[in-house]
Amino acid sequence: MFTVIGFMLAGIAAGYLSRRRSVRGVSQAITVLIWALLFLLGWEVGSNRQLLEALPRLGGEAFVLSAGGTLGSVLAAWALWKATLRGRKKGGRS
Amino acid sequence: MKGSLIIVSFFLLGIVGGRLCGLPDILPLADISFAALCALMGCVGFSVGHEPSTIARFRNLNPGLAFLPLCTVAGTLAGSAAASLLTPHSMSEGMAVGAGFGYYSLSSILITGSKGPELGTVALLSNIIREIITLLCAPLLARWFGRLAPIAAGGATTADTTLPIITRASGQELAVVSIYHGFVVDFSVPFLVTFLCGF
Repeated sequence: MFTVIGFMLAGIAAGYLSRRRSVRGVSQAITVLIWALLFLLGWEVGSNRQLLEALPRLGGEAFVLSAGGTLGSVLAAWALWKATLRGRKKGGRS
Repeated sequence: MKGSLIIVSFFLLGIVGGRLCGLPDILPLADISFAALCALMGCVGFSVGHEPSTIARFRNLNPGLAFLPLCTVAGTLAGSAAASLLTPHSMSEGMAVGAGFGYYSLSSILITGSKGPELGTVALLSNIIREIITLLCAPLLARWFGRLAPIAAGGATTADTTLPIITRASGQELAVVSIYHGFVVDFSVPFLVTFLCGF
């Protein structure tokens, strides 16, 4: 976790230092790396026989729980989004 | 939509590859993933730092957004408790699974330790599914429930793995909120999971 954050801070510093130059390909690199990471996550699931065999039996329960949890958090975030928007309007922003 | 389909096909391609070839002996997969993740975060950081106006835009954001991690935790626990009624697990077990917030490695290890391998497997799958839901549905969530929704859905992963997709769906100016949110929620995982497993 902290190594990962460290890499990002280094990236921010590098990006800030080179802000006057135009750098190409960063957005494409991000897209390719996302693809690679999901491919690797799939590989990890596919090579774990126990996990694959358990998928149909426990996957349903897992899906119900994650759907419920995600929906709950999304609704709470929606309420906060509405509240902060209202706060902004009261703050005099047109 | 096209982007989501490409992402799913890469994931499925990975499953097929892993099923056919197994884990490679020479290089541990976790190390390759970690290196790719570090490279990804370096690129994301670069694109944030390269655009100094991003930080200026953050100053204009509402301070109420500091409460977003609280909304994520409360909403997730309430939603998981309600969803657990549809499963053979108890309400506290459902909440313990939900309290992984997408941090599947740590939460499944903690839950396996105190509740056994079956609930541990459910926790692993459930938290992987949560990360996948976030990666696939971030644009839809932002459109339906506002731009904070992808961050809440991402849970503990919004400072690293789901950050790139969130900045795409919610906008670059919310990247800092996403990192702050990921840090706070991530920190809460070991405490909440251990606490909820005690019931």
